[in-house]
Amino acid sequence: MSPDRLYPEEASGPFLEPPVEFTDKEGRAIEIRVYEERYGESLTAMYAEFDPADRAQGIPPSGESRVESWLDVILGEGYDVVALDDDRVVGHATLVPDGDEGMELAIFVFQTHQGSGIGSRLIRALLGYGASQGVEYVWLTVERWNSPAVALYESVGFESSSVESFELEMSVRLAQTESTG
Amino acid sequence: MKVLLGIGGTDDSLDALSWAAERSSTTDDDLTVAILENPGSDRPPEEIEAEVETALTDHGLDAEIRHVEGDPGGSLVDLADGEGFEQIVIGGGERSPMGKIQVGRIAEFVVLNARTTVTLVRT
Repeated sequence: MSPDRLYPEEASGPFLEPPVEFTDKEGRAIEIRVYEERYGESLTAMYAEFDPADRAQGIPPSGESRVESWLDVILGEGYDVVALDDDRVVGHATLVPDGDEGMELAIFVFQTHQGSGIGSRLIRALLGYGASQGVEYVWLTVERWNSPAVALYESVGFESSSVESFELEMSVRLAQTESTG
Repeated sequence: MKVLLGIGGTDDSLDALSWAAERSSTTDDDLTVAILENPGSDRPPEEIEAEVETALTDHGLDAEIRHVEGDPGGSLVDLADGEGFEQIVIGGGERSPMGKIQVGRIAEFVVLNARTTVTLVRT
């Protein structure tokens, strides 16, 4: 449906790869790790309790069974990182292949942990992890009025690539890191 | 009710077709189908028309099919507002690989400009 996507000429990064540990603005010890199956239950629980007002363009879906089927799809392919507070998932960022050359990004921070600097660390960790796996082209869509989200994306190098509909489309090109594996 | 379905050939517009045909077959709705020129769709007009005819036949409907030329959003709004339609039905957006709903340009234009009530179909 969409035409070939545009990406910035200049590459962004490098970004710090997970694991990343830090203290958030509320003084909580937060750890960002690559997603593993053992976090699945906690991740599902986070989305099942997600504030409906914090949904974006229909995701996360409502209801635990819809959350489970949605997670089955996005965790099955691509790259995922989670933010953990005492082993409980409080944030999740994901890259899902678009079937073309790029990956679509989404990031969610649980309502109890928003505004404490986690999103900014989480998206950097995801981009660092993605770049280490050879990901170069990343894009996303965001509601135009969501200026805090747009500012977060711009802070890691995303630029507007299309303003043709309700949603703003943004993209970033990741600097390629030396392969470690 | 006098209902105008706008279909440009994207997957969500085909979902809207099924929804509108199903509804018309169980109500007194008077359905008209407008085939639009959507540059964002890969389906040729003949294929869209075949889909429309199949859906109408499947639901035992004898709806009028109109081919609308020019800007798809503008033409659809013009037709609906100008000919006394009471409802416009269009696709409710495509889903990204992530599952995000993306409402297209035609839908946005129609929602913002139509005086007629608009239904965006979600499946």
